[in-house]
Amino acid sequence: MSPFATLLVRDLRLAARSGGGAALALSFFALVATLVPLGVGADLKLLARVAGGVLWVAAVLSALLSLDRLFQGDFEDGSLEVIALSPLALEAVALAKILAHWLSTGLPLTLLSPLLALLFNLDAAPTLTLFLSLLIGTPAVSAVGAIGASLTLSLKRGGLILPLIILPLLAPVVIFGAGAVALVLDGMSGGGALGLLAAFAFGAVLLSPFAAAASVRLNLGG
Amino acid sequence: MITSLTAEKLACTRGDRKLFDTLSFRVSAGQALAVEGANGAGKTSLLRMIAGFLAPAAGRLVLKSAQAEITDAEERGKSVGWLGHHDGLKPQLTVREQLDFFARLYGRAPDPSALERVGLARQAELPCRYLSAGQRRRLALARLLVSERPLWLLDEPFAALDTAGQALIAQAMARHCGHGGIIIAATHDPLGLGNESLKL
Repeated sequence: MSPFATLLVRDLRLAARSGGGAALALSFFALVATLVPLGVGADLKLLARVAGGVLWVAAVLSALLSLDRLFQGDFEDGSLEVIALSPLALEAVALAKILAHWLSTGLPLTLLSPLLALLFNLDAAPTLTLFLSLLIGTPAVSAVGAIGASLTLSLKRGGLILPLIILPLLAPVVIFGAGAVALVLDGMSGGGALGLLAAFAFGAVLLSPFAAAASVRLNLGG
Repeated sequence: MITSLTAEKLACTRGDRKLFDTLSFRVSAGQALAVEGANGAGKTSLLRMIAGFLAPAAGRLVLKSAQAEITDAEERGKSVGWLGHHDGLKPQLTVREQLDFFARLYGRAPDPSALERVGLARQAELPCRYLSAGQRRRLALARLLVSERPLWLLDEPFAALDTAGQALIAQAMARHCGHGGIIIAATHDPLGLGNESLKL
């Protein structure tokens, strides 16, 4: 197994065993998606109209719950120093952690979304668009989140500051993701919005490992 | 194989405070250097500087091998085996999983005999959260052994270890130097290797 795959598998194993990753994010996502229809009431048209925005915001907030631990755990217990001295470049370390976060949080949220779309009276086509938008967009959430997590690494209450840093950066993801669903609801094609979302996600996944690695380096210098 | 590590007029500042200035030393293959000094004198900072985590305010570090001279901090780090203040262990992983992870991360095949060498073979399937502080330190030593790095940087290597554990790490250090490795250790205790000392 390559060092990259080794780190990825370890982080997935830790996420599964710590109980604070996927399970917490999925529960939060499901709870928010269940509470909104209860609050909005039985107006099925209104529920379908707000579904894209609500589910996207819920997905971003759910992913945020575990983002602050992306580097923090390894930083606090000294693993990050040992990992930083391994043959794996810090950029590859950051990419492995982003991928592990997406596999343990973003992907399960995406897979759960069609079920939650039922609560919002979404038809098949907008549900599929929502699913695709989350599949394309959640890697960007993990990637942008990694930058925030690395910037707040040595801060005592970094978890509280993290949303303030990354939520504004994630505005395009929510706009394009929810926008694609809204377009399909209006009988138009969501392809353009999904394309923009894919471009943003591609850029984020491509660039964030470099930004996160630079920030981790600064924090290791302490 | 590295032949020496040389520090030339190193300086370290933390905030407004100057920890050390014009610090020079040379450690050759097969030698150990004990870095001594009061708390806050800069022992850990010096180790972090050698590992490449911290940039010197002035001066340079040169790692020499038979083929090349390495001055780049990141490249130097690829020769470093690190035993820091924290053991770098995850409570959720078993002792064997933890060691296999570090071995594979460093591009080595998992070596079950490393656990026997540090006296943790019986605890192999035990999650790290159940280990005592001394056992955690022994596992960190096993990690150092499987990394097979020539330059060991040890921060208080005897901390939390009982007499048998201290003997174990002293034995490992002697063997490492015997095989041509270099050890630089920040310590309050004698290394017992007939080594040089550097007072900060």
